[in-house]
Amino acid sequence: MTLHPAPLTHKLMRDLYRIKGQAVAIGAVIAVGVMMLVMMTGLVASLSETRRTYYDRFRLADVFAPVARAPETVAQRLRHLPGVAAIQTRVTGRALIDLGGSALPIQARALSLPEYRAAALNTIYLTDGRMFDAARAEEVVVLRSFARAHGLRPGDRIAATMNGFRRELSVVGFAQSPEFLYSTAPGELAPDDARFAVLWMSRTALAAAFDMQGAFNEVLFSLTRGAEPEAVIAAADRLLDRYGAQGAYGLSHLQSDLFISEEIDGLRRSARSVPPIFLAVAAFLLYIVISRMVQAEREQIGLMKAFGYSDTEVGGHYFRMILVIAVGGALAGCLLGIAAGRWMADLYLLYYKFPFLVFRLDPASFLTGFAVSILAASAGGLLVLRQVFALTPAVAMRAAAPPDYSRSGRFSSALGRRLDQPTRMVLRRLTRQPLRMGGAVLGVAAGLSVSIAMVSILNSFSAMQALTFDVIDHSDLNVSFIQPLEARSVHDLQSLPGVIEVEPVRIVPAILRNGRALYHGAIHGLIEQPRLYRAVDADTQPIAMRQGGVILSSGLARTLDIKAGDQLSVDVREGRRPRLSLPVIAVAESLLGSPAYMEIGALNRVLKEPLRISGAYLRVDATQAAKIYAALKAMPMVAGVSVKSQSRAALKKVMDQGAGAMRYVMALIAAVITFGVIYNAARVAQAERARDLAGLRVLGFSRGEVAFVLLGELAVVTLLALPLGGAIGYGLTFAIAAGFSTDVYQIRPVLDAESFGLAMGVVLLAALVSGWLVKRDIDRADLVTALKTRE
Amino acid sequence: MPRNTFTTRDLRKIYGEGPAAVQALRGVTLEIPEGEIVVLLGPSGSGKSTLLNILGGLDRGTDGAVFFRDHDLAAMSDRELTRYRRDHVGFVFQFYNLMPSLTARENVELVTEIAHDPMDPGEALARVGLAQRADHFPAQLSGGEQQRVAIARALAKQPDVLFCDEPTGALDSTTGRAVLNVLKEVNEKMGTTVLIVTHAAAQAGMADRVIHFADGTVREVIENATKCAPEDIEW
Repeated sequence: MTLHPAPLTHKLMRDLYRIKGQAVAIGAVIAVGVMMLVMMTGLVASLSETRRTYYDRFRLADVFAPVARAPETVAQRLRHLPGVAAIQTRVTGRALIDLGGSALPIQARALSLPEYRAAALNTIYLTDGRMFDAARAEEVVVLRSFARAHGLRPGDRIAATMNGFRRELSVVGFAQSPEFLYSTAPGELAPDDARFAVLWMSRTALAAAFDMQGAFNEVLFSLTRGAEPEAVIAAADRLLDRYGAQGAYGLSHLQSDLFISEEIDGLRRSARSVPPIFLAVAAFLLYIVISRMVQAEREQIGLMKAFGYSDTEVGGHYFRMILVIAVGGALAGCLLGIAAGRWMADLYLLYYKFPFLVFRLDPASFLTGFAVSILAASAGGLLVLRQVFALTPAVAMRAAAPPDYSRSGRFSSALGRRLDQPTRMVLRRLTRQPLRMGGAVLGVAAGLSVSIAMVSILNSFSAMQALTFDVIDHSDLNVSFIQPLEARSVHDLQSLPGVIEVEPVRIVPAILRNGRALYHGAIHGLIEQPRLYRAVDADTQPIAMRQGGVILSSGLARTLDIKAGDQLSVDVREGRRPRLSLPVIAVAESLLGSPAYMEIGALNRVLKEPLRISGAYLRVDATQAAKIYAALKAMPMVAGVSVKSQSRAALKKVMDQGAGAMRYVMALIAAVITFGVIYNAARVAQAERARDLAGLRVLGFSRGEVAFVLLGELAVVTLLALPLGGAIGYGLTFAIAAGFSTDVYQIRPVLDAESFGLAMGVVLLAALVSGWLVKRDIDRADLVTALKTRE
Repeated sequence: MPRNTFTTRDLRKIYGEGPAAVQALRGVTLEIPEGEIVVLLGPSGSGKSTLLNILGGLDRGTDGAVFFRDHDLAAMSDRELTRYRRDHVGFVFQFYNLMPSLTARENVELVTEIAHDPMDPGEALARVGLAQRADHFPAQLSGGEQQRVAIARALAKQPDVLFCDEPTGALDSTTGRAVLNVLKEVNEKMGTTVLIVTHAAAQAGMADRVIHFADGTVREVIENATKCAPEDIEW
C-alpha cells in the first residue's frame, strides 16, 4: 500500500477547494511572514554585499585622520605604523558653489586626488565625462547626484569659493564614491542631492587653494588583515598630535557608513523579530481549522480506519493538507519577497548612491522561510494528528455526543437571569473553550499590536520633525563662518535689511567620551536665554543655558551612558585642542542628531578664546529673502547658509517616500493577520454550529438574531482583543522604538488617540468584513440540509 | 365541518435544472384538517419530507398553491416565513437539534422568549416528564430525553401545528413509544395539529389520517375510524 493512496489525494484536493477561503487566509499570513523574511534578509545580503564590493573595489579607507596641517614628510612614518597596509594623504576643504541667480550658495566638500597615479585609497567611480587633467587647475570632477539634481553636463562651468577666494571651475566629469554613499548637507540628516556637492580636484590645485603645498590635512589608512582600528587610531593621533590632529576615526564613524550600517542593522533586527509573529499566528490558525475538520469528519476517519487504512495514512492525509497550505504560503511569500525586495532595492537607490544595487536573494532565507513555515504549521498539525490517532473506528462511527457544556456558567445570579438565551449561548461557548478563545483573542491582539506599533512609530517621524523644526529651531536661516570670528560679526548680519533677529552660536568639534563610549560630535555654545535655537526638556520647555557644565541631548546621553551629575570628558578638536572634563548639568530632549550644548561664554572661556562665534541663527523677513541671500553670498566670511524650510522639506521627502510607503504596507500586514484570525475563527464557529444556527432559524429566529449568536462570539473576541492588543502594542512600540533609535535619530513613540483609533479601525474593519462574509453564508445556508446532517 | 390547517393544490417541487432536475413533488393536492394527527408514510425519496418542509415554511414549492388556513405560504417573504415559523409552527427532528450550550430549560426558554403566547417552560418540560432534568445540558441527557426536550421546546410556544420528521428514528422502542405518547397528549389536550413523517408503517395506527406517498405524489389517503394507543404500536 502506498503512503498516499489516490482516493485520499482526491479527497485532499476537494477538501482544500472546500476550505479555500480559510486556506488562502492562513496561506496569506504565512506568505506575509515569509515575504518579510525573504525581503529583509535579501536586502541585508544585498546591501552588505554591495557595500563590501563597492568599498573593496574603490579601496575605501578603514581609518580617517583629519589634521590641521601636516607636512608630507610625516607620511612615511604613518605608513610604517603597525597594522597599516596603505595610506593616502590628501587635501580637503569646504567650498561654496554658486550656480548663479538668486539661489543660495551650495555647500560642498573639495577633495584632492593624486595627479599622475591612481589614488591608493578612496578612489572614485567615474560615471560621465573624464578625469581632470593634472595640468589644468580649474578642472573638477563633481559628485554625480549633485550634477544630476542641477542638470549639469560635462563642459559646464561653475563658480566656487574656497578659502575665501572665488574661482571659476570647469566640470569635466561626474563620479560616485563609496565615501559618499549617503550624503547630506553639513549638519543635516536627510539627503538632498541638490544641496550638497563633492568636488574632486588635482592635489596641486587644491593645495594651492588651501595653502597646503607640501602638506596634507587628512590621511587615510587601510589596515592589514586582523589589525585593530583602535590601535591605529591611537597611534595616528599620537603621531599627528603636534600637527593639529582632529581625532582619527574608523570607517564605522564615517557618516555615510553610519547611515547604511544603521539601515542594515534595522533590517536584520526586523528580519529576526517580525516573521515569527506571523508564523505563530498561522500555526494557531491551522490548528483550529484542521482540528475542526477532523472533528467534522470523524465518521469518515472511522470509515477509512474500518476499511484498513492505517493511522499514519489517515493522519498523513490531514498532515498533507497542512503542508500544502504551509508550502503554498511559503512559496507565495518567497515570490512576494523577491518582488518586494526588488522594489525596496530601487527605493534604496534613491538614498544610497550605489553604482548598482541588485536585489540578491539570500538562498538561506528561502530555505529558512520554507523550513520555518513547515515547522510552525506542523506544530499546529501535530496536536490535530493526536486527535486523528485517538479516534477508533467504532467511536468514530457513532454519532458524536452533544458537546458538554455542563461545566460552563449557570447564570443563576440576578444579573445572569436577565440574560436572554442567545446571549447565554454566546457566553457559554466563550467559556467552554477558554484556550481556543484565548488564542483567538491573542491572535487578533497580535494584529492590533503590530498595527498600533507601526502607526505610532510612523507618527513619531512627524513628531520628530515637529520637535526639531517647530520647537527647538525657531530660526529661518543658519549661517556658518569659515572660521570662528569675533562676536561683533553679529552686527554685520543684524544690519542686513530684512534680518529681524540674530543669535550667535559657537560650534566646536569635539570627541565626547565616557569611559569606553565615545562620540565624534560637536558642542553648541548658545546664549543664556536663546530664542531662535533652544534646548528643550521632555515637556518641550526651553532649558536655560547655565554656566558650569554641558547639556546633552537624550540620544547622546544614551549613547555615552551618562546622566546629569556625571563628568564628561571632552577632547576639543579645534584651536588649542584642550582636553576638558565637564559636568553634565542636564539632559535635553532631541529626536534628531546628537547635539551637546554649553553656554557660549562658558565654552569660550574653557577654550580660552573669549568672544568668538562660529555662526549664527537668523530670523528674517520672508519677503526680503532674495536680498538677504545675495548679501550673504557677497560676504567672504560665510562658509555656508542653510535654510530651515529646505532641510525640513528634505527630511519630509525621505519620510514620505520611505516611511510613507511603509505605512501602507504595515497597515496591510496588520489587516492580513487580523483578517486571517477573525475570518478563520468565524468560519470554524460557523461550521461547528451550522446545525444550531439552522435550528434557531427553524424555531423562528430571524437572520439577524441568528447572526448575533455567531457573530456575538466574534464581537466578544474582537472587543477583548482591543484592550489586550492596545497593551501589547504599547509595549511593542517602546521595544521597537528602543531597538531602532540610533545616535542619529531617536524614535519617541507617539501613542495618541488617533494612532490607537486608526489601528483599531483596521482591526474592526477586518472583523466586519469577516463577519459579513460569514453572515452571507449563514443567510444562504440550507436549513433543511443543516438539520438533517448528523453531526 | 372543521376548517383546514393546510390546503395544497397541484404543489410541485423540482430540485436542480435541466437533465439533472429531480421532481420531488409532482403535483400534490390535499387537505389537512385542524386538530388531527396526520402521518405521512412512504419510502425514502417519496417526497414526504419535502412536503413537510414546505408546509413548515423551511422551503418553498416550485409551482402550485399552498395555504396555511387562508394564508398563502408561497406568497410570503422570507421575513414573513420567519414570523410564521415563530408564531405558528413547532418542529421536532430525528436528531433532536438541541442547542448543546443551553440546559433543557434554557432550550425551551429559547422559544418562549420569542413566542407570542408561550406556556411556562417548566410546565412544558413537565408535560414531557422531564421536570426533574430541567437543569441538565443535552450532553447529560439520553437520546429519548433529548427528544422529549425537543418536543417540549416545540410545544412550549403553543403552536398551531407540530411537525415531526422521523421523531423516533434514532430511538429504541420504549423511548420511541414514550415520545409518541407525548405527541398524542399534546394533540388531545391542546388541540394541536400534529404531522408526523415516518417510514415506520406501524405508527399509522395512532393517526386520524394517513397519507401514503410514492414518487412525489399522494397515492392514498386513509382516515382511521379507530386509533390505537402508542403503547400498542408494533416496533
